[in-house]
Amino acid sequence: MNRVLPILSILLAIFIFWYAAAIWMNAPWQTILNGRANLENVPFFDFAQQTWNQDKPILPVPHQVFSEIWNATMGLEFTSRRSLALHAWITLSATLLGFVLGTALGVVLAVAIVHNDAADRSLMPWIIASQTIPILAIAPMVVVGLGAVGLTGLVPKALISMYLSFFPVVVGMVKGLRSPEAIQLDLMRTYDANPWQVFWKLRWPAALPMLFASMKVGIAISLIGAVVAELSNAAGGGLGVRLLTGSYNGQTIQIWAALFIAAGLAAVLVAIVGVAERMVNARNGVRA
Amino acid sequence: MSVTSINSSTTGTGVALPVVEAKHLGLTFSTNDGDVVALSDVNLTIEKGDFVSFIGPSGCGKTTFLRTIADLEQPTSGTLRINGQTPENARKDRAYGYVFQAPALYPWRTIEKNIALPLEIMGHSQSQQAERIKRTMDLVNLSGFEKKYPWQLSGGMQQRASIARALAFDADLLLMDEPFGALDEIVRDHLNSELLKLWDRTKKTICFVTHSIPEAVYLSTKIVVMSPRPGRVTDVIESNLPRERPLDIRETPEFLAIAARVRDGLRAGHSYEEVV
Repeated sequence: MNRVLPILSILLAIFIFWYAAAIWMNAPWQTILNGRANLENVPFFDFAQQTWNQDKPILPVPHQVFSEIWNATMGLEFTSRRSLALHAWITLSATLLGFVLGTALGVVLAVAIVHNDAADRSLMPWIIASQTIPILAIAPMVVVGLGAVGLTGLVPKALISMYLSFFPVVVGMVKGLRSPEAIQLDLMRTYDANPWQVFWKLRWPAALPMLFASMKVGIAISLIGAVVAELSNAAGGGLGVRLLTGSYNGQTIQIWAALFIAAGLAAVLVAIVGVAERMVNARNGVRA
Repeated sequence: MSVTSINSSTTGTGVALPVVEAKHLGLTFSTNDGDVVALSDVNLTIEKGDFVSFIGPSGCGKTTFLRTIADLEQPTSGTLRINGQTPENARKDRAYGYVFQAPALYPWRTIEKNIALPLEIMGHSQSQQAERIKRTMDLVNLSGFEKKYPWQLSGGMQQRASIARALAFDADLLLMDEPFGALDEIVRDHLNSELLKLWDRTKKTICFVTHSIPEAVYLSTKIVVMSPRPGRVTDVIESNLPRERPLDIRETPEFLAIAARVRDGLRAGHSYEEVV
């Protein structure tokens, strides 16, 4: 109860602010509408309700967004082109594939960097440079380019997700794999341990906390990568396409519904990584 | 100046190889500020069953010497033989167990799994591991703490666990680098007397680095006094104290006489000028 009450209060404050902002932002258009309909001296409470129920409001209010989400998921067949659940699944599958590929690539690069001085000096500048290129610029090139050679659908989007998500994993794992102290490494040398044993018995377990921290960042930006990649291929579907078509048609409620679903997905994915982290921590005796 | 100690112990037979034999051993580190002479012309023989303490101020090379025995540092001149072999071959033979200043336990492993670490690496079977874990945990009085994680133990218990880990694979030589340096004096006294009992029971050869004169005199059959700049041996003192040593032996005249000689040795090496 001590934790629920503050959370509910903040949620309530956000809702109050949101509905108030909706009145303010939607008022000009509502005034024009009422003018056309020759409605005059609308009482404030009725006017407020009007601003909260426009078809294409500048700022939709929560109940509009949630009813759109409900109608577009539960109210439609999963296979329908307008089903938000279908689009969410399209984005989620690209996100997950990209995240798995990105994490694997990140770990492999980090292992190479930690064990090989030449790899450290030759790879690291490129890895950092890769992240200075805006993803909005590179995503269309990759999606359209791969589409030209016949590769469409899941894979191009997953590659963009991978492109974003490998980076935190490389950086985190390089730090993690280098985290063992000198005496912990000396100890391995006194046992005449081979490099394989040093890796699996020391470097890898020492790096696990960093792996999970970077995977949490990685899975969230994987989702962003998938959404951005979808913007370049409107035929492929996904939450990115819902955002795009929503903005073409002024369907602000549709945009917000897609945003909410994307945010919810990200939160759930990060939470799943968090659960996996806690399970591994419990097995490794990390102080609770 | 260096002193070559002449073995007077009767534990070994005439033909037995010394456990450690250093001749004109030197080690110079190259740093950005120029060369640092960590060890200069060290001559020393350690026989089987000896308890040898290395004492001296910071920078005298005592830890470096221990690390050189362990093949964690490479000498730049002279020769060093461990059981008649090069330090590298001795290390590959798993000839010694090393106890560091810090326990260096792996935090993701329970105490028993930490002790199992060298056994896993050296390819012991599960049943052998279990048997050795039990035996060494008994030896350091840690029975009952098998399933605990390092953070659940006090500093003294953690260091005992690290000693158990060094004993687990039954190397005859135990190298200890200020293992009790970070512990308070009460725990330290206790662990010192435990260590003596352990040495007596296991018949191991122990090399022990310390800052503390009473600790060195209390534990050792042989005390190597070292001095800094350049790191060198200034005196080797054979102790005539009995093997059986209760803690109050530290108030006897024999004990105090040896302690005085250690202090003289440190003074002769200008050690006190370095220690402000």
